[in-house]
Amino acid sequence: MSETTPQTAMAGTTEPTLDTDELLRLESLCVHFPIYKGLLRRHAGDVRAVDDVHLSVKKGEVLGLVGESGCGKTTTGRSIVRILKPTSGKILYQEEHGKVVDLAQLNDRQLFKYRADIRMVFQDPFSSLNPRLTVGDIIGEVLEIQGWRKSDINDRVRYLLEKVGLRPEYVGRFPHAFSGGERQRIGIARSLATNPRLVVADESVSALDVSIQAQTINLLQDLQEEFGLTYLFVAHDLSVVEHISDRVAVMYVGKIVEVADKDSLFGSPKHPYTEALLHSVPKPDPKRRRLGTVPKLKGEVADPANPPRGCYFHPRCPYAQDKCRVERPALRALPGGRQVACHFAEELDLEGIPAVE
Amino acid sequence: MHLPFWSRIRKTRQGKLAGDEPIGVGDNPLLREETTGASEETQWRLIWRRFRRHHLAMGGLVVVLMLYGVAACAEFLAPMNPRAFDSKYPYAPPQRVRMFHESEEGVSFRPHVLDYRVELDSVQMTRVFHDDPDQVVDLGFFVETEPYRLMGFIPMRRQFFGPVNPDHSFFLLGADRLGRDLLSRMIYGTRISMTVGLIGVTLSLVLGITLGGMSGYFGGWIDNLIQRLIEFLQSIPSIPLWLGLSAAIPPRVDPLMVYFYITIILSILGWTGLGRVVRGKFMSLKTEDFVLAARLDGCSSGRIIRRHMVPSFMSHIIATTTLAIPHMIIGETSLSFLGLGLRPPVISWGVLLQEAQNIRTVATAPWLLLPGAMVAVAVLALNFLGDGLRDASDPYA
Repeated sequence: MSETTPQTAMAGTTEPTLDTDELLRLESLCVHFPIYKGLLRRHAGDVRAVDDVHLSVKKGEVLGLVGESGCGKTTTGRSIVRILKPTSGKILYQEEHGKVVDLAQLNDRQLFKYRADIRMVFQDPFSSLNPRLTVGDIIGEVLEIQGWRKSDINDRVRYLLEKVGLRPEYVGRFPHAFSGGERQRIGIARSLATNPRLVVADESVSALDVSIQAQTINLLQDLQEEFGLTYLFVAHDLSVVEHISDRVAVMYVGKIVEVADKDSLFGSPKHPYTEALLHSVPKPDPKRRRLGTVPKLKGEVADPANPPRGCYFHPRCPYAQDKCRVERPALRALPGGRQVACHFAEELDLEGIPAVE
Repeated sequence: MHLPFWSRIRKTRQGKLAGDEPIGVGDNPLLREETTGASEETQWRLIWRRFRRHHLAMGGLVVVLMLYGVAACAEFLAPMNPRAFDSKYPYAPPQRVRMFHESEEGVSFRPHVLDYRVELDSVQMTRVFHDDPDQVVDLGFFVETEPYRLMGFIPMRRQFFGPVNPDHSFFLLGADRLGRDLLSRMIYGTRISMTVGLIGVTLSLVLGITLGGMSGYFGGWIDNLIQRLIEFLQSIPSIPLWLGLSAAIPPRVDPLMVYFYITIILSILGWTGLGRVVRGKFMSLKTEDFVLAARLDGCSSGRIIRRHMVPSFMSHIIATTTLAIPHMIIGETSLSFLGLGLRPPVISWGVLLQEAQNIRTVATAPWLLLPGAMVAVAVLALNFLGDGLRDASDPYA
């Protein structure tokens, strides 16, 4: 087995490297779902759910990943935890002692080791907990598989329950005895069971109502500080992302269109889509509502099975020019550590939204 | 692996007493949330509670349990030897049980039947049975009989009820063509007829869960192949297929072997419906978040299936299985009725019904149709039971 591990196989070509502060880097990640048509199941095309994504996650940061429904953010998250196998591209992960592996190339057995390092919190607190198992069994399952002793598992589960704000005595209860917010806490406890280094939170607060959302986000932040976690926070709710993230990446039809730290992204977006997304957030203040001079987005999100030529956003972009219709902009670096995929990022003067006090 | 459910309940009861404040969150009011006061119940207790409210299903359960009890204790319950024939009593009608006996000393409580005096009607060429007041056959409970072993291992010398003198004959539900007691034969027939369903369904269950599970879990061409196979099997009219398969049973095999062949034949067709159900369940569960979470926990396929998927639909499987047993019973009965299933000397309801095949017998000895009533009762009871189980099987719904 060990002779054929990807690391040794790749050693002959080029050893992948990451910066020391990088935990994870996606390189040209593609996840395509084939479409079959007709009786003979002819291959009729691909849904390009994730299409050539470059993204890096730094140690200890919270990276928000935002975008409309169907833009591929969940698919990106799921390929990082390797529920999905990427069609192509690399998922480079830096282990604690600096070794870099490409998770995209590993099979289930090789992934086993990393399953403890990279964990996921699911969106739906109802379907993500097995109704037939007790809370203790749910949280302790991963530890059992990692070969922990029974008494250690029990101690750990009680400790985790306490950490997420549930009473350790609930260990023998079944999930249906808990409210949505409590269930999500159980999900969080499960993801933290193995002392992970990266937690992919896939719309983890979207299914909760607003007051519980706030509690859960605060809990996630507290846990991050306490355990030094790194989050990839997938969400469509910009106010949530603004609250929790250090940096934000914006996705549109399977591509990253802009990456910047939170303040500069919200304050001065460089991509027209980011601008439109920021201004689509309902404003709770009627005075601010009147300030809106940014035109509403027209049209529908492009079909990822049949994306438009040129820039994927050009049919809806109010600033689109001829070049946008022909040439696809690449994600390029801008000063200040930002990245954007727009031909006219420097020329456009886009309007951000003021930070909420 | 698991603690029994009562230990869990006791634990939380202690926990509830331990303190009102959630430990570790007392200082943070935001972290305090209302907990639903749901008590802890295991799934099976919830199912049972809901099932008990379904009166028809409870009735079905009682009848089914009684039938299997009869099957298990046939030697004890049958008043006569089901294979003892007597040339004196062909087609003897049911005897009336009389409770009181009149004699010179007066009326006494003495359950008995009157033996028959048989006359030959030379015009109609039939036997005519007359009650003979001089020949009293005393009846009693727990009467002595030939020694036998109950359920194969408990040595017994008595049976539930029957004639006090073991040499006397007694036909509560009449006799058949060879003068054998129909009631005893029906009691013995329960054994074969009710277990054909059980064994057949067990085989179907194994086939259905294996093939249906593979179909749903792996998908792709495996799924395609298995589903087309199911469609093919379901498209064949069942009676001709059964006939064809029964014809393939070697003619001179032991009647008991025929019984096994028949169950195999029945389950070859019987698994298809179950396979479909299992496949659907696997497909819907495969994409459930909790199954994905189990994969992320590093569970192997086997562990995911055993621990996360199968328990989630086991209750449905049990309900479906219960509903499949009646099909098996009917199948056995039909095959035996047509003479292609079990054959005498094996006793099953279908074999007994074979005797009631022509109109003349039915006209002169209508009691021979009684095994048909048993089939109807058993099938109805199992159907009610299965319906109730299906309704109760999802206590969280």
